[in-house]
Amino acid sequence: MADYKFNPTLKVDDITVTYNNGHTAIHDASFELEAGTICALVGVNGSGKSTLFKSIMGFIKPIKGAVTLSGMAVNAALKLNIVSYVPQAEDVDWNFPVLVEDVVMMGRYGHMNFLRIPNKKDKAMVAEALEKVGMTEFSQRQIGELSGGQKKRVFLARSIAQEGQIILLDEPFTGVDVKTELAIMELLKEMRDEGRLMLVATHNLGSIPDFCDHTVLLNRTVLAAGATADVFTPKNLEKTFGGVLRHFTLGGDDLHDDDDARSLSVITDDERPLVIYGKETKKSKHATSDKDEEA
Amino acid sequence: MMAEFFEYLIEPMQYAFMQRALLMAVLVGLVCAIFSCFLVLKGWSLMGDAVSHAVLPGIVIAYILAIPLSIGAFVAGLFCAVATGYVKENSRLKEDSIMGIIFSGMFALGLVIYLKVQPEIHLDHILFGNILGVQAADLWETGIICIGTLLLIILRRHDLLLYCFDQAYARAIGLPVKLIHYTLLVMLSLTIVASLKAVGVILVIAMLIAPGAIAYLLSNRFSSMLIIASSVAVGSSIAGVFISFYLDADTGATIILTQTIIFIITFLFAPKSGILRNKTAI
Ligand SMILES: Nc1ncnc2c1ncn2[C@@H]1O[C@H](COP(=O)(O)OP(=O)(O)O)[C@@H](O)[C@H]1O
Ligand SMILES: [Mg+2]
Repeated sequence: MADYKFNPTLKVDDITVTYNNGHTAIHDASFELEAGTICALVGVNGSGKSTLFKSIMGFIKPIKGAVTLSGMAVNAALKLNIVSYVPQAEDVDWNFPVLVEDVVMMGRYGHMNFLRIPNKKDKAMVAEALEKVGMTEFSQRQIGELSGGQKKRVFLARSIAQEGQIILLDEPFTGVDVKTELAIMELLKEMRDEGRLMLVATHNLGSIPDFCDHTVLLNRTVLAAGATADVFTPKNLEKTFGGVLRHFTLGGDDLHDDDDARSLSVITDDERPLVIYGKETKKSKHATSDKDEEA
Repeated sequence: MMAEFFEYLIEPMQYAFMQRALLMAVLVGLVCAIFSCFLVLKGWSLMGDAVSHAVLPGIVIAYILAIPLSIGAFVAGLFCAVATGYVKENSRLKEDSIMGIIFSGMFALGLVIYLKVQPEIHLDHILFGNILGVQAADLWETGIICIGTLLLIILRRHDLLLYCFDQAYARAIGLPVKLIHYTLLVMLSLTIVASLKAVGVILVIAMLIAPGAIAYLLSNRFSSMLIIASSVAVGSSIAGVFISFYLDADTGATIILTQTIIFIITFLFAPKSGILRNKTAI
């Protein structure tokens, strides 16, 4: 997986997106991402994360501005089969009569002939992708018969089988247990090291510094974008989430019996919290209890 | 005993009109069944109902213009589907409301023109079909449409299915989703046109939903859904033709009743989703 025909890049240039009903979900939004990046897309529900994905995939045309993928207009880039997408769980009909294996095989359609008859390579890529996400033994399950974490892994496997270069993941950690979350993060890092570009909508503030080198903060427009270390500050998060976010700060006096004046901040949007100790940003130690993983 | 049974099967087939009816019922049942799988999965049942009602003015106008009625029906059906899409993109109304207005409006227009023009075709035959009156030419027409539609669906089923399952992904990997969308609408209109002679404008929607709905309850893979839907439909068509002969009942309606009964049985007893099964399992 060394030579890519296209250097995956993403440029969102001053876009405004308005739905048919007249609702403007995003306005004047700009940011730019390079190859070999994992970028977190952070914002409250309704801030326009899914809408941004839809405009990157050309589903909705911005009424102003443009999206450029690898230097090309959206439609031209899509034809090259370099863009991949992991849908939000609510957007999938889990009763649909497809097996795990069928879903992953969809990732190969763009590589197949007109009749979509899989060849040896397609089958091998599907098997490999399933192996990578640890879903081999579930390949014959109907997709509704999986746990939340397994469902996500199936769709990630589809993107892996596709060999997508620009991968959009819409809330891949929602309803996922911590173990699966870590596994997915490892996979994403691996894919970043292969030179791909990933844009990940997520509410898990705590894990963002762990694996996202870039962050875009969104609330109907881009509030801040850039390297996570620069963007991911309490002040910016405050701005992004307003009153929605739960934010606890324990002052130095409450925390220590010594003279250490640093305070501890815990910021959470109901998922893994972000813990800030003093001025530096620390990873959370999985403070939340494991989410349900039933099957 | 066995001989008696065969007697029952052979007797109706001594009539040429019954042979034609049987062939027609099987053809229409098959193509509707295959298509019904997509309709059920895409959630387009109401769209099917709308398009089937909307063909009425097309038939009447085609009669006035002296062109083949099926062409008029096809154009009107497609117009309804496309107009629905257009209005939806340009208004804040939900699709079902738009469809309700468009198809009932077109149906009403058809009725008004029909009564003004008083064509020789019976309104009953347009509304409920006239499978026993099917001629060889009708069979050819339906046969060609059915085979064309079936071939297209079977060859392109993967893309059609991906479109129904995950439109956003289909788009992301560069499939021509607009083209796929209109292909489905064209095939829906064609399927309805092909079925009109057999079951008519009002009842065709049953053939376009029931087999897919039954198969949906019974399968966890698309390939098995297609097979179950086709088997149910072909079986119901054959059973309906014979039963209606002996009961002296309307053939189209008997076929649809047979499918409905199978649906009810499936609903109650399906291995995974049947409500009675689940009750006893607790
Ligand atoms: N198809 C649609 N038509 C009209 N408005 C929509 C549509 N989809 C989303 N919206 C609106 O756009 C805004 C952004 O939604 P979305 O992008 O789904 O947010 P997020 O994914 O960040 O939760 C919301 O106010 C939502 O109600
Ligand atoms: Mg969303």
